[in-house]
Amino acid sequence: MTDTAAAGPLPKPKRDFLPALLPAAFALLMLPLVGSASSWATLLAASLAMGMMIFIMASGLTLVFGLMDVLNFGHGAFIAVGAYVATLVFLPLAGLSQADSLASNLAVLVPAAVLSMGITAVLGLVVERVLILPVYGQHLKQILMTTGGLIVAEQTLYALWGPQIIPMPLPASLRGSFIFGDVAIAKYRLLAMLVGLVVFISIQLVLNRTRIGLLIRAGVENREMVEALGYRIRRLFLGVFMVGAALAGLGGVMWGLYREQVHASIGDELTVLVFIVVIIGGLGSVGGCFIGALLVAMVANYGGFLVPKLALVSNILLMVAILMWRPRGLYAVTSR
Amino acid sequence: MSDLLTLAGVHTHIGRYHILQGVDFAVPEGQTTMLLGRNGAGKTTTLRTIMGLWPASHGEISLSGARIEASTTPDIARLGVGYVPESMAVFSDLTVKENLVLGARDGDLDEARLDWIFGFFPALRRFWLSRAGSLSGGQKQMLSIARAIVEPRKLLLIDEPTKGLAPAIVMALIECLKEIKRRGATILLVEQNFHAARELGDAVLVMDNGAIVHRGAMSALAEDVALQERLLGLSLETHQ
Repeated sequence: MTDTAAAGPLPKPKRDFLPALLPAAFALLMLPLVGSASSWATLLAASLAMGMMIFIMASGLTLVFGLMDVLNFGHGAFIAVGAYVATLVFLPLAGLSQADSLASNLAVLVPAAVLSMGITAVLGLVVERVLILPVYGQHLKQILMTTGGLIVAEQTLYALWGPQIIPMPLPASLRGSFIFGDVAIAKYRLLAMLVGLVVFISIQLVLNRTRIGLLIRAGVENREMVEALGYRIRRLFLGVFMVGAALAGLGGVMWGLYREQVHASIGDELTVLVFIVVIIGGLGSVGGCFIGALLVAMVANYGGFLVPKLALVSNILLMVAILMWRPRGLYAVTSR
Repeated sequence: MSDLLTLAGVHTHIGRYHILQGVDFAVPEGQTTMLLGRNGAGKTTTLRTIMGLWPASHGEISLSGARIEASTTPDIARLGVGYVPESMAVFSDLTVKENLVLGARDGDLDEARLDWIFGFFPALRRFWLSRAGSLSGGQKQMLSIARAIVEPRKLLLIDEPTKGLAPAIVMALIECLKEIKRRGATILLVEQNFHAARELGDAVLVMDNGAIVHRGAMSALAEDVALQERLLGLSLETHQ
Protein backbone atom coordinates (compact mmCIF):
# COMPACT_ATOMS: atom_id res chain seq x y z
CA MET A 1 0.00 0.00 0.00
CA THR A 2 1.26 3.45 -0.73
CA ASP A 3 1.91 5.57 2.25
CA THR A 4 0.88 8.95 1.08
CA ALA A 5 -0.10 10.06 4.53
CA ALA A 6 3.35 9.44 5.88
CA ALA A 7 5.16 11.44 3.22
CA GLY A 8 6.13 14.34 5.46
CA PRO A 9 8.12 14.18 8.63
CA LEU A 10 6.07 13.83 11.77
CA PRO A 11 6.04 17.05 13.76
CA LYS A 12 7.84 16.66 17.02
CA PRO A 13 5.33 16.44 19.85
CA LYS A 14 5.26 19.66 21.77
CA ARG A 15 6.41 19.18 25.31
CA ASP A 16 4.48 21.53 27.50
CA PHE A 17 6.85 22.48 30.30
CA LEU A 18 5.28 25.82 31.11
CA PRO A 19 2.87 24.61 33.82
CA ALA A 20 5.63 22.48 35.35
CA LEU A 21 7.77 25.58 35.75
CA LEU A 22 5.02 27.57 37.47
CA PRO A 23 5.71 26.49 41.08
CA ALA A 24 9.43 27.29 40.77
CA ALA A 25 8.67 30.61 39.06
CA PHE A 26 6.11 31.49 41.71
CA ALA A 27 8.51 30.64 44.52
CA LEU A 28 11.29 32.76 42.98
CA LEU A 29 8.87 35.62 42.49
CA MET A 30 8.07 35.50 46.18
CA LEU A 31 11.71 35.84 47.27
CA PRO A 32 11.99 39.65 46.92
CA LEU A 33 8.48 40.10 48.30
CA VAL A 34 9.16 38.07 51.43
CA GLY A 35 12.52 39.76 51.91
CA SER A 36 14.18 37.38 54.33
CA ALA A 37 15.76 34.32 52.69
CA SER A 38 15.24 32.17 55.79
CA SER A 39 11.53 33.05 55.99
CA TRP A 40 11.23 32.40 52.28
CA ALA A 41 12.86 28.98 52.61
CA THR A 42 10.74 28.06 55.62
CA LEU A 43 7.61 29.03 53.74
CA LEU A 44 8.81 27.04 50.74
CA ALA A 45 9.28 23.94 52.89
CA ALA A 46 5.84 24.44 54.42
CA SER A 47 4.36 24.84 50.94
CA LEU A 48 6.03 21.74 49.57
CA ALA A 49 4.92 19.63 52.54
CA MET A 50 1.35 20.93 52.42
CA GLY A 51 1.26 20.54 48.64
CA MET A 52 2.41 16.94 48.82
CA MET A 53 -0.27 16.09 51.37
CA ILE A 54 -2.96 17.72 49.26
CA PHE A 55 -1.63 15.87 46.21
CA ILE A 56 -1.89 12.53 48.01
CA MET A 57 -5.53 13.28 48.82
CA ALA A 58 -6.40 14.63 45.37
CA SER A 59 -4.58 12.15 43.11
CA GLY A 60 -7.26 9.47 43.45
CA LEU A 61 -10.05 11.95 42.84
CA THR A 62 -8.59 13.21 39.57
CA LEU A 63 -8.26 9.67 38.19
CA VAL A 64 -11.79 8.80 39.34
CA PHE A 65 -13.18 11.81 37.52
CA GLY A 66 -10.98 11.37 34.47
CA LEU A 67 -11.66 7.67 34.09
CA MET A 68 -15.39 7.49 34.69
CA ASP A 69 -16.62 11.07 34.73
CA VAL A 70 -17.79 10.57 38.31
CA LEU A 71 -18.13 13.64 40.53
CA ASN A 72 -17.35 12.33 43.99
CA PHE A 73 -18.13 15.09 46.46
CA GLY A 74 -17.79 12.51 49.20
CA HIS A 75 -14.03 12.14 48.71
CA GLY A 76 -13.48 14.11 51.90
CA ALA A 77 -15.16 11.31 53.87
CA PHE A 78 -12.22 9.03 53.06
CA ILE A 79 -9.84 11.72 54.36
CA ALA A 80 -11.77 12.06 57.63
CA VAL A 81 -12.20 8.30 58.11
CA GLY A 82 -8.50 7.77 57.43
CA ALA A 83 -7.58 10.31 60.11
CA TYR A 84 -10.02 8.83 62.65
CA VAL A 85 -8.90 5.26 62.02
CA ALA A 86 -5.33 6.38 62.73
CA THR A 87 -6.42 7.52 66.20
CA LEU A 88 -7.43 3.92 66.91
CA VAL A 89 -3.73 3.07 66.72
CA PHE A 90 -2.17 6.29 67.97
CA LEU A 91 -4.22 6.74 71.15
CA PRO A 92 -3.81 3.27 72.68
CA LEU A 93 -0.14 3.19 71.68
CA ALA A 94 0.64 6.75 72.81
CA GLY A 95 3.51 5.43 74.92
CA LEU A 96 5.28 3.95 71.91
CA SER A 97 4.45 6.99 69.80
CA GLN A 98 6.01 9.37 72.32
CA ALA A 99 9.03 7.18 73.14
CA ASP A 100 12.45 8.50 72.16
CA SER A 101 12.98 5.72 69.69
CA LEU A 102 12.45 5.95 65.97
CA ALA A 103 11.70 2.22 65.76
CA SER A 104 8.97 2.53 68.43
CA ASN A 105 7.50 5.55 66.67
CA LEU A 106 7.47 3.78 63.33
CA ALA A 107 5.83 0.77 65.00
CA VAL A 108 2.85 3.06 65.56
CA LEU A 109 2.99 5.25 62.47
CA VAL A 110 3.27 2.52 59.84
CA PRO A 111 0.44 0.28 61.17
CA ALA A 112 -1.75 3.38 61.59
CA ALA A 113 -1.17 4.38 57.97
CA VAL A 114 -1.66 0.84 56.66
CA LEU A 115 -4.84 0.31 58.70
CA SER A 116 -6.26 3.65 57.54
CA MET A 117 -5.53 2.88 53.92
CA GLY A 118 -7.00 -0.61 54.21
CA ILE A 119 -10.22 0.56 55.84
CA THR A 120 -10.70 3.50 53.47
CA ALA A 121 -10.08 1.18 50.49
CA VAL A 122 -12.83 -1.14 51.74
CA LEU A 123 -15.05 1.88 52.38
CA GLY A 124 -14.29 2.96 48.81
CA LEU A 125 -15.47 -0.44 47.57
CA VAL A 126 -18.75 -0.07 49.47
CA VAL A 127 -19.28 3.54 48.34
CA GLU A 128 -18.65 2.67 44.68
CA ARG A 129 -21.02 -0.30 44.74
CA VAL A 130 -23.78 1.34 46.79
CA LEU A 131 -23.65 5.06 45.96
CA ILE A 132 -21.84 5.46 42.64
CA LEU A 133 -22.87 2.42 40.62
CA PRO A 134 -26.58 3.33 40.45
CA VAL A 135 -25.84 6.86 39.24
CA TYR A 136 -23.19 6.42 36.55
CA GLY A 137 -23.54 9.10 33.88
CA GLN A 138 -25.86 11.24 36.01
CA HIS A 139 -23.87 14.13 37.42
CA LEU A 140 -26.63 15.75 39.45
CA LYS A 141 -27.48 12.48 41.18
CA GLN A 142 -23.77 11.82 41.75
CA ILE A 143 -23.44 15.17 43.51
CA LEU A 144 -26.51 14.46 45.65
CA MET A 145 -25.50 10.90 46.49
CA THR A 146 -21.87 11.62 47.30
CA THR A 147 -22.61 14.83 49.22
CA GLY A 148 -25.19 12.86 51.17
CA GLY A 149 -22.58 10.16 51.74
CA LEU A 150 -20.15 12.77 53.09
CA ILE A 151 -22.77 14.10 55.54
CA VAL A 152 -23.65 10.57 56.69
CA ALA A 153 -19.96 9.73 57.15
CA GLU A 154 -19.33 12.92 59.11
CA GLN A 155 -22.31 12.34 61.40
CA THR A 156 -21.30 8.70 61.89
CA LEU A 157 -17.86 9.87 63.01
CA TYR A 158 -19.51 12.27 65.48
CA ALA A 159 -21.71 9.43 66.76
CA LEU A 160 -18.77 7.04 67.20
CA TRP A 161 -16.07 9.39 68.47
CA GLY A 162 -18.07 12.30 69.85
CA PRO A 163 -17.98 15.97 68.81
CA GLN A 164 -14.73 16.85 70.55
CA ILE A 165 -11.45 17.42 68.74
CA ILE A 166 -9.17 14.42 69.20
CA PRO A 167 -5.50 15.25 69.74
CA MET A 168 -3.08 13.21 67.66
CA PRO A 169 0.42 14.39 68.61
CA LEU A 170 3.33 13.78 66.32
CA PRO A 171 5.56 10.84 67.22
CA ALA A 172 8.54 12.06 69.23
CA SER A 173 11.07 11.36 66.47
CA LEU A 174 9.17 13.59 64.07
CA ARG A 175 9.07 16.58 66.40
CA GLY A 176 11.52 19.42 66.02
CA SER A 177 13.37 20.69 62.99
CA PHE A 178 16.50 20.26 61.00
CA ILE A 179 18.51 23.47 60.97
CA PHE A 180 20.25 24.48 57.74
CA GLY A 181 22.01 27.77 58.50
CA ASP A 182 19.22 30.22 59.32
CA VAL A 183 16.56 27.94 57.95
CA ALA A 184 14.59 25.58 60.16
CA ILE A 185 12.66 22.84 58.39
CA ALA A 186 10.32 20.73 60.48
CA LYS A 187 11.14 17.01 60.36
CA TYR A 188 7.55 16.09 59.72
CA ARG A 189 7.42 18.40 56.71
CA LEU A 190 10.39 16.60 55.22
CA LEU A 191 8.63 13.27 55.80
CA ALA A 192 5.48 14.63 54.13
CA MET A 193 7.54 15.73 51.11
CA LEU A 194 9.19 12.33 50.93
CA VAL A 195 5.90 10.41 51.15
CA GLY A 196 4.30 12.71 48.58
CA LEU A 197 7.19 12.20 46.17
CA VAL A 198 7.07 8.43 46.66
CA VAL A 199 3.32 8.42 45.93
CA PHE A 200 3.78 10.64 42.87
CA ILE A 201 6.61 8.52 41.45
CA SER A 202 4.72 5.29 42.20
CA ILE A 203 1.61 6.54 40.41
CA GLN A 204 3.71 7.67 37.44
CA LEU A 205 5.45 4.29 37.28
CA VAL A 206 2.16 2.40 37.41
CA LEU A 207 0.59 4.67 34.79
CA ASN A 208 3.56 4.62 32.42
CA ARG A 209 5.17 1.23 32.92
CA THR A 210 2.33 -1.23 33.47
CA ARG A 211 -0.51 -2.57 31.40
CA ILE A 212 -3.05 -1.48 34.02
CA GLY A 213 -1.59 2.02 33.81
CA LEU A 214 -1.89 1.92 30.04
CA LEU A 215 -5.55 0.99 30.37
CA ILE A 216 -6.13 3.77 32.91
CA ARG A 217 -4.50 6.35 30.63
CA ALA A 218 -6.52 5.12 27.67
CA GLY A 219 -9.69 5.01 29.75
CA VAL A 220 -9.23 8.56 30.96
CA GLU A 221 -9.05 9.66 27.34
CA ASN A 222 -11.81 7.52 25.85
CA ARG A 223 -13.39 4.90 28.09
CA GLU A 224 -15.93 3.86 25.46
CA MET A 225 -13.18 2.84 23.04
CA VAL A 226 -11.40 0.92 25.78
CA GLU A 227 -14.60 -1.07 26.33
CA ALA A 228 -14.96 -1.58 22.57
CA LEU A 229 -11.51 -3.20 22.64
CA GLY A 230 -12.80 -5.77 25.11
CA TYR A 231 -11.71 -4.40 28.47
CA ARG A 232 -14.11 -4.29 31.42
CA ILE A 233 -13.42 -0.75 32.49
CA ARG A 234 -15.90 -0.82 35.36
CA ARG A 235 -13.67 -3.30 37.20
CA LEU A 236 -10.66 -1.15 36.51
CA PHE A 237 -12.56 1.86 37.78
CA LEU A 238 -13.48 0.02 40.99
CA GLY A 239 -9.78 -0.66 41.54
CA VAL A 240 -8.86 2.97 40.87
CA PHE A 241 -11.65 4.14 43.16
CA MET A 242 -10.38 1.93 45.99
CA VAL A 243 -6.79 3.08 45.52
CA GLY A 244 -7.97 6.69 45.40
CA ALA A 245 -9.90 6.18 48.65
CA ALA A 246 -6.86 4.56 50.26
CA LEU A 247 -4.65 7.48 49.24
CA ALA A 248 -7.23 9.90 50.63
CA GLY A 249 -7.12 7.89 53.86
CA LEU A 250 -3.33 8.17 53.93
CA GLY A 251 -3.65 11.89 53.28
CA GLY A 252 -6.08 12.11 56.20
CA VAL A 253 -3.57 10.46 58.54
CA MET A 254 -0.83 12.81 57.38
CA TRP A 255 -3.04 15.89 57.65
CA GLY A 256 -4.18 14.84 61.13
CA LEU A 257 -0.56 14.53 62.23
CA TYR A 258 0.30 17.82 60.54
CA ARG A 259 -2.42 19.57 62.53
CA GLU A 260 -1.85 17.24 65.51
CA GLN A 261 -5.59 16.90 65.88
CA VAL A 262 -8.52 15.18 64.25
CA HIS A 263 -12.11 16.31 63.93
CA ALA A 264 -15.03 15.13 61.83
CA SER A 265 -15.21 18.20 59.61
CA ILE A 266 -11.65 17.65 58.33
CA GLY A 267 -13.15 16.01 55.23
CA ASP A 268 -15.51 18.92 54.62
CA GLU A 269 -12.70 21.43 54.88
CA LEU A 270 -10.38 19.60 52.55
CA THR A 271 -12.96 18.62 49.91
CA VAL A 272 -13.07 22.14 48.49
CA LEU A 273 -9.29 22.39 48.45
CA VAL A 274 -8.93 19.01 46.79
CA PHE A 275 -11.48 19.90 44.10
CA ILE A 276 -9.69 23.19 43.39
CA VAL A 277 -6.46 21.25 42.90
CA VAL A 278 -8.11 18.71 40.58
CA ILE A 279 -9.70 21.48 38.49
CA ILE A 280 -6.51 23.53 38.32
CA GLY A 281 -4.47 20.48 37.29
CA GLY A 282 -6.86 19.36 34.55
CA LEU A 283 -9.39 16.62 35.15
CA GLY A 284 -7.70 13.22 34.99
CA SER A 285 -4.14 14.53 34.96
CA VAL A 286 -1.93 13.25 37.78
CA GLY A 287 0.93 15.55 36.75
CA GLY A 288 -1.41 18.53 36.65
CA CYS A 289 -2.79 17.55 40.03
CA PHE A 290 0.75 17.47 41.44
CA ILE A 291 1.57 20.94 40.14
CA GLY A 292 -1.86 22.25 41.15
CA ALA A 293 -1.35 21.01 44.72
CA LEU A 294 2.03 22.72 44.95
CA LEU A 295 0.62 25.97 43.59
CA VAL A 296 -2.34 25.93 45.97
CA ALA A 297 -0.03 25.33 48.91
CA MET A 298 2.39 28.05 47.83
CA VAL A 299 -0.34 30.61 47.32
CA ALA A 300 -1.79 29.69 50.74
CA ASN A 301 1.57 29.95 52.55
CA TYR A 302 3.17 32.90 50.81
CA GLY A 303 -0.18 34.66 50.48
CA GLY A 304 -0.94 34.08 54.15
CA PHE A 305 2.47 35.50 55.09
CA LEU A 306 2.36 38.56 52.85
CA VAL A 307 -1.34 39.45 52.85
CA PRO A 308 -3.07 37.45 55.59
CA LYS A 309 -6.56 38.62 54.60
CA LEU A 310 -5.99 37.36 51.08
CA ALA A 311 -5.60 33.81 52.39
CA LEU A 312 -9.38 33.50 52.59
CA VAL A 313 -9.80 33.79 48.84
CA SER A 314 -6.32 33.01 47.51
CA ASN A 315 -7.18 29.51 46.25
CA ILE A 316 -10.26 30.71 44.41
CA LEU A 317 -8.27 33.55 42.84
CA LEU A 318 -5.59 31.08 41.78
CA MET A 319 -8.19 28.81 40.21
CA VAL A 320 -9.77 31.73 38.35
CA ALA A 321 -6.38 32.86 37.05
CA ILE A 322 -5.38 29.38 35.89
CA LEU A 323 -8.72 28.74 34.19
CA MET A 324 -8.57 32.09 32.42
CA TRP A 325 -5.17 31.05 31.07
CA ARG A 326 -6.05 27.40 30.42
CA PRO A 327 -9.80 26.78 30.63
CA ARG A 328 -9.36 23.00 30.87
CA GLY A 329 -6.68 23.14 33.54
CA LEU A 330 -2.89 23.05 33.40
CA TYR A 331 -2.72 19.68 31.65
CA ALA A 332 -6.00 18.82 29.96
CA VAL A 333 -6.40 15.08 29.48
CA THR A 334 -10.10 14.61 28.92
CA SER A 335 -12.27 16.78 26.71
CA ARG A 336 -14.80 17.16 29.50
CA MET B 1 -22.68 -19.29 2.92
CA SER B 2 -23.83 -18.95 6.54
CA ASP B 3 -24.69 -15.66 8.17
CA LEU B 4 -22.21 -14.48 10.79
CA LEU B 5 -24.31 -11.61 12.10
CA THR B 6 -28.08 -11.24 12.06
CA LEU B 7 -30.32 -8.46 13.29
CA ALA B 8 -34.03 -9.08 13.67
CA GLY B 9 -36.50 -6.31 14.52
CA VAL B 10 -33.88 -4.21 16.30
CA HIS B 11 -35.07 -0.95 17.84
CA THR B 12 -32.82 1.58 19.56
CA HIS B 13 -33.88 4.59 21.58
CA ILE B 14 -31.46 7.35 22.53
CA GLY B 15 -33.15 9.40 25.18
CA ARG B 16 -36.60 10.15 23.81
CA TYR B 17 -35.52 9.64 20.20
CA HIS B 18 -36.50 6.41 18.46
CA ILE B 19 -33.55 5.94 16.11
CA LEU B 20 -33.61 2.34 14.89
CA GLN B 21 -37.15 1.27 14.06
CA GLY B 22 -37.04 -2.44 13.38
CA VAL B 23 -33.75 -3.16 11.61
CA ASP B 24 -33.50 -6.59 9.97
CA PHE B 25 -30.49 -7.83 8.05
CA ALA B 26 -27.85 -10.50 7.91
CA VAL B 27 -24.13 -10.27 7.20
CA PRO B 28 -22.79 -13.38 5.45
CA GLU B 29 -19.53 -14.81 6.66
CA GLY B 30 -16.46 -13.86 4.64
CA GLN B 31 -18.21 -11.06 2.76
CA THR B 32 -18.09 -7.29 2.92
CA THR B 33 -21.51 -5.79 3.41
CA MET B 34 -21.89 -2.10 2.75
CA LEU B 35 -24.32 -0.11 4.88
CA LEU B 36 -25.37 3.01 2.99
CA GLY B 37 -27.90 5.73 3.59
CA ARG B 38 -28.41 9.43 3.98
CA ASN B 39 -27.03 11.30 6.98
CA GLY B 40 -29.19 10.57 9.99
CA ALA B 41 -30.56 7.32 8.53
CA GLY B 42 -29.25 5.30 11.48
CA LYS B 43 -26.06 3.71 10.12
CA THR B 44 -23.76 4.69 12.96
CA THR B 45 -26.46 3.84 15.49
CA THR B 46 -26.72 0.38 13.92
CA LEU B 47 -22.99 -0.26 14.39
CA ARG B 48 -23.04 1.11 17.93
CA THR B 49 -26.06 -1.01 18.78
CA ILE B 50 -24.35 -4.16 17.47
CA MET B 51 -21.31 -3.21 19.56
CA GLY B 52 -23.48 -2.73 22.65
CA LEU B 53 -22.51 0.93 23.01
CA TRP B 54 -26.16 1.92 22.74
CA PRO B 55 -28.38 -0.92 23.96
CA ALA B 56 -31.11 -2.26 21.69
CA SER B 57 -34.47 -1.55 23.28
CA HIS B 58 -36.10 -4.38 21.36
CA GLY B 59 -35.16 -7.09 18.88
CA GLU B 60 -32.51 -9.76 18.49
CA ILE B 61 -28.87 -9.55 17.49
CA SER B 62 -26.98 -12.81 16.93
CA LEU B 63 -23.32 -13.44 16.27
CA SER B 64 -22.52 -16.97 15.03
CA GLY B 65 -25.96 -17.98 16.28
CA ALA B 66 -25.41 -16.68 19.84
CA ARG B 67 -27.62 -13.84 21.05
CA ILE B 68 -25.60 -10.74 21.98
CA GLU B 69 -28.14 -7.90 22.27
CA ALA B 70 -28.00 -8.08 26.08
CA SER B 71 -24.23 -8.49 26.25
CA THR B 72 -21.91 -5.72 27.39
CA THR B 73 -19.54 -4.02 24.95
CA PRO B 74 -16.40 -5.75 26.34
CA ASP B 75 -18.11 -9.15 26.07
CA ILE B 76 -19.12 -8.47 22.46
CA ALA B 77 -15.57 -7.38 21.63
CA ARG B 78 -14.24 -10.55 23.25
CA LEU B 79 -16.41 -12.60 20.91
CA GLY B 80 -14.17 -11.33 18.11
CA VAL B 81 -15.83 -8.13 16.98
CA GLY B 82 -13.50 -5.29 16.01
CA TYR B 83 -14.85 -1.75 15.88
CA VAL B 84 -13.48 1.26 14.03
CA PRO B 85 -15.64 4.26 14.97
CA GLU B 86 -16.31 7.22 12.72
CA SER B 87 -14.24 9.44 15.01
CA MET B 88 -11.24 7.04 14.74
CA ALA B 89 -10.92 7.25 18.53
CA VAL B 90 -7.20 6.67 18.68
CA PHE B 91 -5.74 7.37 22.10
CA SER B 92 -3.94 10.65 21.41
CA ASP B 93 -1.76 10.67 24.52
CA LEU B 94 -0.57 7.11 23.89
CA THR B 95 2.09 6.11 21.37
CA VAL B 96 1.32 4.19 18.19
CA LYS B 97 2.77 1.11 19.85
CA GLU B 98 0.64 1.53 22.97
CA ASN B 99 -2.49 1.96 20.84
CA LEU B 100 -1.75 -1.33 19.10
CA VAL B 101 -0.81 -3.10 22.34
CA LEU B 102 -4.28 -2.24 23.63
CA GLY B 103 -5.75 -3.83 20.51
CA ALA B 104 -4.08 -7.11 21.46
CA ARG B 105 -5.98 -8.13 24.55
CA ASP B 106 -3.39 -10.57 25.89
CA GLY B 107 -0.79 -7.80 25.55
CA ASP B 108 1.48 -9.66 23.12
CA LEU B 109 1.78 -8.35 19.59
CA ASP B 110 2.17 -11.03 16.91
CA GLU B 111 5.30 -10.01 14.98
CA ALA B 112 4.19 -11.66 11.74
CA ARG B 113 0.82 -9.95 11.89
CA LEU B 114 2.48 -6.64 12.68
CA ASP B 115 4.70 -7.03 9.60
CA TRP B 116 1.59 -7.72 7.55
CA ILE B 117 -0.02 -4.53 8.91
CA PHE B 118 3.16 -2.49 8.36
CA GLY B 119 3.11 -3.76 4.77
CA PHE B 120 0.18 -1.49 3.97
CA PHE B 121 0.61 1.02 6.82
CA PRO B 122 4.38 1.69 6.82
CA ALA B 123 3.84 4.99 8.62
CA LEU B 124 2.90 3.07 11.74
CA ARG B 125 6.32 1.40 11.85
CA ARG B 126 8.04 4.73 11.28
CA PHE B 127 6.14 6.49 14.03
CA TRP B 128 6.05 3.49 16.36
CA LEU B 129 7.01 5.45 19.47
CA SER B 130 5.37 8.75 18.53
CA ARG B 131 2.25 10.02 20.22
CA ALA B 132 -0.84 9.14 18.22
CA GLY B 133 -2.11 12.67 18.71
CA SER B 134 0.69 14.00 16.53
CA LEU B 135 -0.26 11.83 13.53
CA SER B 136 -2.09 13.23 10.52
CA GLY B 137 -5.78 12.44 9.99
CA GLY B 138 -4.97 9.69 7.49
CA GLN B 139 -2.36 8.15 9.75
CA LYS B 140 -4.81 8.18 12.65
CA GLN B 141 -7.34 6.36 10.50
CA MET B 142 -4.68 3.80 9.59
CA LEU B 143 -3.89 3.35 13.27
CA SER B 144 -7.55 2.96 14.12
CA ILE B 145 -7.96 0.22 11.51
CA ALA B 146 -4.66 -1.41 12.47
CA ARG B 147 -5.77 -1.52 16.10
CA ALA B 148 -8.94 -3.32 15.07
CA ILE B 149 -7.06 -5.95 13.06
CA VAL B 150 -3.96 -6.37 15.20
CA GLU B 151 -5.60 -9.61 16.28
CA PRO B 152 -7.75 -11.77 13.99
CA ARG B 153 -11.42 -10.82 14.34
CA LYS B 154 -14.55 -12.66 13.33
CA LEU B 155 -16.29 -9.47 12.33
CA LEU B 156 -15.13 -5.93 11.66
CA LEU B 157 -17.52 -3.00 12.07
CA ILE B 158 -16.04 0.02 10.30
CA ASP B 159 -17.73 3.40 10.28
CA GLU B 160 -16.89 5.73 7.39
CA PRO B 161 -13.12 5.14 7.28
CA THR B 162 -12.59 7.46 4.30
CA LYS B 163 -14.53 10.41 5.68
CA GLY B 164 -12.61 13.66 5.42
CA LEU B 165 -9.47 12.05 3.98
CA ALA B 166 -7.56 13.13 0.87
CA PRO B 167 -8.27 11.05 -2.27
CA ALA B 168 -4.78 9.51 -2.29
CA ILE B 169 -5.23 8.30 1.26
CA VAL B 170 -8.68 6.98 0.43
CA MET B 171 -7.16 4.85 -2.32
CA ALA B 172 -4.58 3.51 0.12
CA LEU B 173 -7.25 2.65 2.64
CA ILE B 174 -9.30 0.85 0.00
CA GLU B 175 -6.28 -1.27 -0.86
CA CYS B 176 -5.84 -2.09 2.81
CA LEU B 177 -9.46 -3.07 3.28
CA LYS B 178 -9.26 -5.23 0.14
CA GLU B 179 -6.28 -7.03 1.65
CA ILE B 180 -8.14 -7.58 4.91
CA LYS B 181 -11.06 -8.89 2.88
CA ARG B 182 -8.79 -11.26 0.94
CA ARG B 183 -7.79 -12.78 4.27
CA GLY B 184 -11.39 -13.83 4.69
CA ALA B 185 -12.57 -11.19 7.15
CA THR B 186 -16.26 -10.47 7.47
CA ILE B 187 -16.84 -6.73 7.33
CA LEU B 188 -19.85 -4.51 7.89
CA LEU B 189 -18.79 -1.19 6.45
CA VAL B 190 -20.57 2.13 6.59
CA GLU B 191 -19.32 4.19 3.68
CA GLN B 192 -20.44 7.23 1.72
CA ASN B 193 -17.66 7.13 -0.83
CA PHE B 194 -19.02 5.53 -4.00
CA HIS B 195 -15.68 4.36 -5.30
CA ALA B 196 -14.89 2.68 -1.99
CA ALA B 197 -18.33 1.13 -1.77
CA ARG B 198 -18.15 -0.30 -5.30
CA GLU B 199 -14.61 -1.57 -4.86
CA LEU B 200 -15.20 -3.26 -1.55
CA GLY B 201 -18.84 -4.25 -1.27
CA ASP B 202 -20.20 -7.70 -2.00
CA ALA B 203 -23.64 -6.98 -0.61
CA VAL B 204 -25.34 -3.69 0.14
CA LEU B 205 -27.91 -2.53 2.65
CA VAL B 206 -29.53 0.87 2.37
CA MET B 207 -31.06 2.51 5.43
CA ASP B 208 -33.59 5.26 5.73
CA ASN B 209 -35.41 6.53 8.81
CA GLY B 210 -33.96 3.83 11.01
CA ALA B 211 -34.91 0.84 8.85
CA ILE B 212 -33.44 -1.16 5.98
CA VAL B 213 -35.15 -0.09 2.75
CA HIS B 214 -33.05 -2.03 0.27
CA ARG B 215 -30.81 -5.06 0.26
CA GLY B 216 -29.02 -6.75 -2.61
CA ALA B 217 -25.74 -7.08 -4.46
CA MET B 218 -23.46 -4.02 -4.43
CA SER B 219 -22.77 -4.47 -8.11
CA ALA B 220 -26.47 -4.25 -8.93
CA LEU B 221 -26.89 -0.97 -7.02
CA ALA B 222 -23.69 0.44 -8.52
CA GLU B 223 -25.09 -0.05 -12.00
CA ASP B 224 -28.60 1.23 -11.35
CA VAL B 225 -28.49 5.03 -11.20
CA ALA B 226 -32.28 5.32 -10.92
CA LEU B 227 -32.27 3.04 -7.92
CA GLN B 228 -29.45 5.03 -6.33
CA GLU B 229 -31.39 8.24 -6.76
CA ARG B 230 -34.54 6.70 -5.34
CA LEU B 231 -32.79 5.20 -2.32
CA LEU B 232 -30.11 7.74 -1.54
CA GLY B 233 -31.55 10.92 -3.01
CA LEU B 234 -28.67 11.25 -5.47
CA SER B 235 -26.56 9.05 -7.63
CA LEU B 236 -23.51 7.53 -5.98
CA GLU B 237 -21.36 9.03 -8.71
CA THR B 238 -22.21 12.49 -7.42
CA HIS B 239 -21.79 11.42 -3.81
CA GLN B 240 -18.07 10.93 -3.64
